[in-house]
Amino acid sequence: MRAPSPRALGFLLVAGVIALWEAASTARLLDPFYFPPAHAVAQSLVAAALDGRLAGAFLVSLGRGFAGFAIGGALAVALGTLAGRHPAVRQAIDPVVELLRPLPSPAIIPLAILFLGIDSSMKVFIIAWACFFPVLLSTIDGVRGVPPALLETARNFGLRYFESLGTVVLPAALPGIFTGLRIAVAVMLILSVVTEMVAGSNGIGFLLLEAERTFRIADMYAFIAALALVGYALNRLFLLVDRRVLAWHHAMHAVPAP
Amino acid sequence: MVFEGAGGRHAALGSVSLEVAARDLVAIVGESGCGKTTLLRIMAGLQRPTSGDVRLAGVPVLRPEPQVCLVFQNYAATLLPWKDALGNVLFGLRAPRAARPGLREAAFALLARMGLGDAARRFPWELSGGMQQRVALARALIRRPRVLLLDEPFSAVDERTAEALRELLQTLYREEPCSIVLVTHDLEEVLSFSSRIVVLGGRPTRVDTVIDRPGGLSREALRSRLRVVGKST
Repeated sequence: MRAPSPRALGFLLVAGVIALWEAASTARLLDPFYFPPAHAVAQSLVAAALDGRLAGAFLVSLGRGFAGFAIGGALAVALGTLAGRHPAVRQAIDPVVELLRPLPSPAIIPLAILFLGIDSSMKVFIIAWACFFPVLLSTIDGVRGVPPALLETARNFGLRYFESLGTVVLPAALPGIFTGLRIAVAVMLILSVVTEMVAGSNGIGFLLLEAERTFRIADMYAFIAALALVGYALNRLFLLVDRRVLAWHHAMHAVPAP
Repeated sequence: MVFEGAGGRHAALGSVSLEVAARDLVAIVGESGCGKTTLLRIMAGLQRPTSGDVRLAGVPVLRPEPQVCLVFQNYAATLLPWKDALGNVLFGLRAPRAARPGLREAAFALLARMGLGDAARRFPWELSGGMQQRVALARALIRRPRVLLLDEPFSAVDERTAEALRELLQTLYREEPCSIVLVTHDLEEVLSFSSRIVVLGGRPTRVDTVIDRPGGLSREALRSRLRVVGKST
């Protein structure tokens, strides 16, 4: 018999923890009020999926999340490209970036509420803010790492400034940029939930907090499990895009030079 | 022209005057660090001389021109690793999407002529040094340049590959309607190809010797004419 793969063992471990939880809760080794049996959580999860609560909440949360991710990511790639290409831009933005970057994004939620209120625009702003910094730094690093020979080639072939950015600089920097984008996807999900918990009337973060406040503990665990599954799916989806878009990069580093 | 070598990144050139006729193949030889590459970069419009100018059919070359194309010495690093050989050749036309009909076919035909028909869909990092060099050459040639500038084209490949590339370049010289300026260290290249050899020397660098039609000279005679740069050839 073939030994199971490490990934299969990982899934087995998750299944084992769930089975242990179920047994401990049913045998009342764990307080069932705080730790309802796994089957009750699964029932809540299925019910929320069937009655459309989960789909509706995730539609709202991910809609705002991707809007913020797109806005923050696009601005970061644009500014990061300029900063990566021009030391003067890099030095000019460095003090501001280094002051704002360590600031925990939830810390500016009160400020955002003051100016934008508590509706979607505030949440999209916070998500864009949080996604901006990892993408900015990875873009600057990626663009700075573009081999000078490629930049010379672009000049040699008479490419204009923006042409060379689009056809040489950005594709060459893409592996670096993707590192930042992957971090930003995780940050996007975190901030979607946090902003909805602080000031929300819909979305998965709001559902989760509401379940806790009304003592629907099985629902609360079900929503946490749904978030974990969506986070996992988002990461897998991102890796899929990464493997497709950067196929050349992965293959290049897997194949020894001829 | 004169180039003062700002910041010491590129070698200084004294008064260098050089004329290249249509369909000439001029080999530039000289000691290492004498400014051969700088001269090519200035001719390609990648660098401006401190004084003097470069003219193409009487028109000053102030920036890289489509009619002049330089193939760098570190050609492998100049190929776009995310594009296959065909994509790299099409990049020479600044046509990343290759929307115009016939371009892909032309690029493919050029690669096939270079003996790379089977490698058109392979990425640069999947190719040997000699194949990469031929892709870099094809990328320059697809522009149909009036002047092709080659910086030590065969210095980074083994002798067998260099021999094959020399033959290829000879064929191109016969068939392509362009002038070729070649910077080299290699006497074989100089002998078998050039319509003229320009020897750079002195401090600051100037044109030391010009040998016309070196093909008519024996290897020994050429060596004695080139004794000025004997160390580098």
